[in-house]
Amino acid sequence: MDYEVVIGLEIHVELATKSKIFCGCTTEFGGEVNTHCCPVCTSMPGTLPVMNEKAVEFAVKAGLAMNCEIAEFSKMDRKNYFYPDLPKAYQISQFDLPICKGGYVDIDINGKMKRIGITRIHIEEDAGKLIHDPHGKGSLVDYNRCGVPLIEIVSEPDMSSPEEARKYFEKVRSILQYTGVSDCRMQEGSIRADVNLSLRPAGSTKLGTRTEMKNLNSFRSVFNAAESEIKRQSGILRQGGRVGQETRRWDDDAGKSFPMRNKEEAHDYRYFPEPDLVPIILTKERIDAYRESLPELPWKRFARYTEEMGIPGYDAGIITASVKTSDFFEEAVKYGADAKTAANWIMGDLMRLMNDAGTEDIPFGGKMLAELADLIGQGRISNNIAKTVLSEMFATGGTPSFIVKEKGLEVVSDRDELARIVDKVISHNKKSVEDYMGGKEKAMGFLMGQVMRETGGKANPTMVKAMLADGLKKAMEP
Amino acid sequence: MKITEETVEYVAGLARLLLSADEKKMMSDQMGDILEYMDKLNSLDTRDILPMEHLERASNVFREDSVVKSFDRDKILANAPDKEEGAFKVPRIVD
Amino acid sequence: MEIARLTIKDISRMLRNREASAVEITNGFYERIESTDAKIGAYISLCREKALEDAANAQKKADAGEGGLLNGVPAAVKDNMCTEGMATTCASRMLENFIPPYTATAVEKIKAEGAVLLGKLNLDEFAMGSSTGNSYFGQTKNPWDERRVPGGSSGGSAAAVASGQAVFALGSDTGGSIRQPAAFCGVVGLKPTYGTVSRHGLVAFASSLDQIGPLTKTVEDSAIVLNAISGRDQRDSTSMETGIPDYTEGIDGGARGLMIGVPSQYLSDGVSPGVRKQIGEAIKAYEKMGAVCEETSIELADYAIAAYYIISSAEASSNLARYDGIKYGYRSSGYANLTDLYNKTRSEGFGSEAKRRIMLGTYVLSSGYYDAYYKKALRVRRLIKNEFDALFKKYDLILGPTAPTTAFRIGEKEGNPLEMYMGDVFTVSVNIAGLPAISIPCGLDENNLPVGMQLIGKAFGERTILRAAKAFEMEFPFLISEEGGRHGL
Repeated sequence: MDYEVVIGLEIHVELATKSKIFCGCTTEFGGEVNTHCCPVCTSMPGTLPVMNEKAVEFAVKAGLAMNCEIAEFSKMDRKNYFYPDLPKAYQISQFDLPICKGGYVDIDINGKMKRIGITRIHIEEDAGKLIHDPHGKGSLVDYNRCGVPLIEIVSEPDMSSPEEARKYFEKVRSILQYTGVSDCRMQEGSIRADVNLSLRPAGSTKLGTRTEMKNLNSFRSVFNAAESEIKRQSGILRQGGRVGQETRRWDDDAGKSFPMRNKEEAHDYRYFPEPDLVPIILTKERIDAYRESLPELPWKRFARYTEEMGIPGYDAGIITASVKTSDFFEEAVKYGADAKTAANWIMGDLMRLMNDAGTEDIPFGGKMLAELADLIGQGRISNNIAKTVLSEMFATGGTPSFIVKEKGLEVVSDRDELARIVDKVISHNKKSVEDYMGGKEKAMGFLMGQVMRETGGKANPTMVKAMLADGLKKAMEP
Repeated sequence: MKITEETVEYVAGLARLLLSADEKKMMSDQMGDILEYMDKLNSLDTRDILPMEHLERASNVFREDSVVKSFDRDKILANAPDKEEGAFKVPRIVD
Repeated sequence: MEIARLTIKDISRMLRNREASAVEITNGFYERIESTDAKIGAYISLCREKALEDAANAQKKADAGEGGLLNGVPAAVKDNMCTEGMATTCASRMLENFIPPYTATAVEKIKAEGAVLLGKLNLDEFAMGSSTGNSYFGQTKNPWDERRVPGGSSGGSAAAVASGQAVFALGSDTGGSIRQPAAFCGVVGLKPTYGTVSRHGLVAFASSLDQIGPLTKTVEDSAIVLNAISGRDQRDSTSMETGIPDYTEGIDGGARGLMIGVPSQYLSDGVSPGVRKQIGEAIKAYEKMGAVCEETSIELADYAIAAYYIISSAEASSNLARYDGIKYGYRSSGYANLTDLYNKTRSEGFGSEAKRRIMLGTYVLSSGYYDAYYKKALRVRRLIKNEFDALFKKYDLILGPTAPTTAFRIGEKEGNPLEMYMGDVFTVSVNIAGLPAISIPCGLDENNLPVGMQLIGKAFGERTILRAAKAFEMEFPFLISEEGGRHGL
């Protein structure tokens, strides 16, 4: 029997606020254990939460960017359960009145658009961190992350392959970065996904039993976890077995998932309205103001790049996937770089440099790329030299003109100097000269190469070509 | 309203309370009495009444997103029954 | 002047006229505590050294002609309000050794006005109870009759003020926990409108109902303390700007012209004859003073207890979940794993009433019962609020007894929690609707025990309540004796 894959994602994202959601402690990553804490975020008796307004703003902006309906009335609720990383023994979250619901994002699957529904986005607080005690006997609790504001973005079960899940995750991350809602640093776990996956007989409309895989923090692990879970579930089903509803832990290194130890009790979170916080009421005016303050979103930029700037769709897609890359491109164009040239540099050498360095950050601004393009345009460096300069810029962060000057990379346009070298090449390469005279045009290319070699690639190619032609003409004259 | 000892056990589990056999018996009797009394609310027609989840006198009480200095760790940990290396210590968690 | 009878106004005058120094007054109160509290058991802890320092500072201010409303006034607070560097136990084994790193706003505010904190007062564990018998540190006794309870949960606060061991005290009221002990001990207890006093630093019992308020010897003192402790606090989202700068304003305006409703349910057969008689006298007194008293009806009076115990227990079950033996407080010794640590710590750390409320609250929130109990109670909460709204279209105040009986005997209601809960019948609806109410002494019953009269006002209507209460007090001065008083109407 053929099975259809049904995938839904729950994505948890840390919001880019400076302070925690209910107290003034910093949200900065790192720091000695339990040094970003106060009585509120460690839940001392008598402490009360006060909502960070920015957290609400970010949640609304995320919702707007994902085409959600924004609730004019929403409230916070308590989700009750015991765990050492949760000092109040309840998490302040949203239950029946989330701040955003009913949105969607579009993803590109082999050139075709697919729409993935967003069920809801709600605000909640992050928990602390359990550290394994190096001395073996216990576990240690660090509350630095406790109370960092999060949103949870719950999708509809609209994805039908690991590739779609990956694409959707990438798209959501890109939107969150564009809107400034989160910096989405994956290594720091500031965006992570739970994958809900089930199989059903092809053509069936009834959902199968789903499993949940928790805390996947890279695009690759979302893809791999989904793929592995499909294999596992279909294996069970093909043998006539039944998939158990469970939570599984994905082990990236092992490349497989393991069932998490069953909690002793059924989940009975006893949600109820948080009495320490008052309702959030958003007027239409306020929502509109948030909408107006949204930056240009990736699909708008994509349209502008392809329609107005003539950038190929593939390139525009890659450039707009990351707000950093896209902002870099925007800046390069703003400072005078030709859009297509800038796009080519980004798609080629810059992407390679970023991949090699394993980073998404370009250590210099788009203005520098514009400067580099300008040096080429003025004929002060060749395209090939420019590649060298770019690598150097990437490594050191130096400006193009500084690097060109310091390393002496400027094109040699000195006529006497070039004439000397051209003469030398002609006199040292009799065979090629004869070939050329015998009608082998290719020999010209070889001679050009020799001149370039002599000048370390810095010779002005237009001048060299003309001077070589002159010299050969003279040599042909009896 | 009868509250069985199984129910008492389930609820005690959720609340992380360990009850002795006597306590369970007493709890099931007392909770039964109390809940039976509470059932008198069912004689009120509340079909068209929205649950009053807040006093509805205030909304949108926010704080500004500004960082305030955190507490000294010593103060945060001062009351901890068990601590190690600047952290609260709990029995080893397997999972 | 007897220490025991001193009011806030007396002390201000004494300091001003140099009749005594703040240090002498403070020492006088500690002597009083030494001679009295062994019998009463109002205090959980004392802080004499610090208090004498504070008194010396208060004296300096007085000498310079400075100092706030409460300068040099010896006071004490219920031990569920956090005090930095000083144990805050909630009368629970769970928090026996808990020393908060910060101070509650209300406590900070009375100290800022110059009050001298003498110590922390006994209560029912986590403020759950009506007798101050549910305390890990033992039963507080009623100063009028040591065989009887002082009421609860702010029993320590009421007993301390009634026996002259503090000029005033702060209590907290979730379902009557200021008013009922005030009634039982013959003092003035005010539960302000929800949001008037910051809850920051008040260890939560039921967050949507809890409110801090003063227990005092006179109505005017009550207004003075409320002036000090009220006001919007950034750290409590539910605290509000009341727009009332001075609660003593108009306090001497008398009762003439006030429309007072007296619900028939508040004088039903369930109310003891002695209490009914005194309330009847009070009604006559108000009429004599020119108020209009009219019989009315609160149909939902009978349902308030059920709604209250569902809502308050639900919130309590969540509020008390943080006591897990990890961050602070009691931790059981000898546990095999995490679950064992939780179970043993919580079972050994909480007393039986706290456990009962946690169980009840967990049950009414649990899957399958949420709609039938919790949600239903929230609907009834709205009905109760609506009924009050309607009554206050017609009346300025609602009058009745604070409790159906006077102080009962220690142990009398033990083993029957429901009977204990029924005693809160007149007080809980005030918290459910977030309204202000006061309990003022209203003479003695046939056993020479104080009767409390409750005046309920509209939201933020404290000044009307205080004015009516003051008028009554002027007409029927109620004196507090050394032993708590045998002088009635």
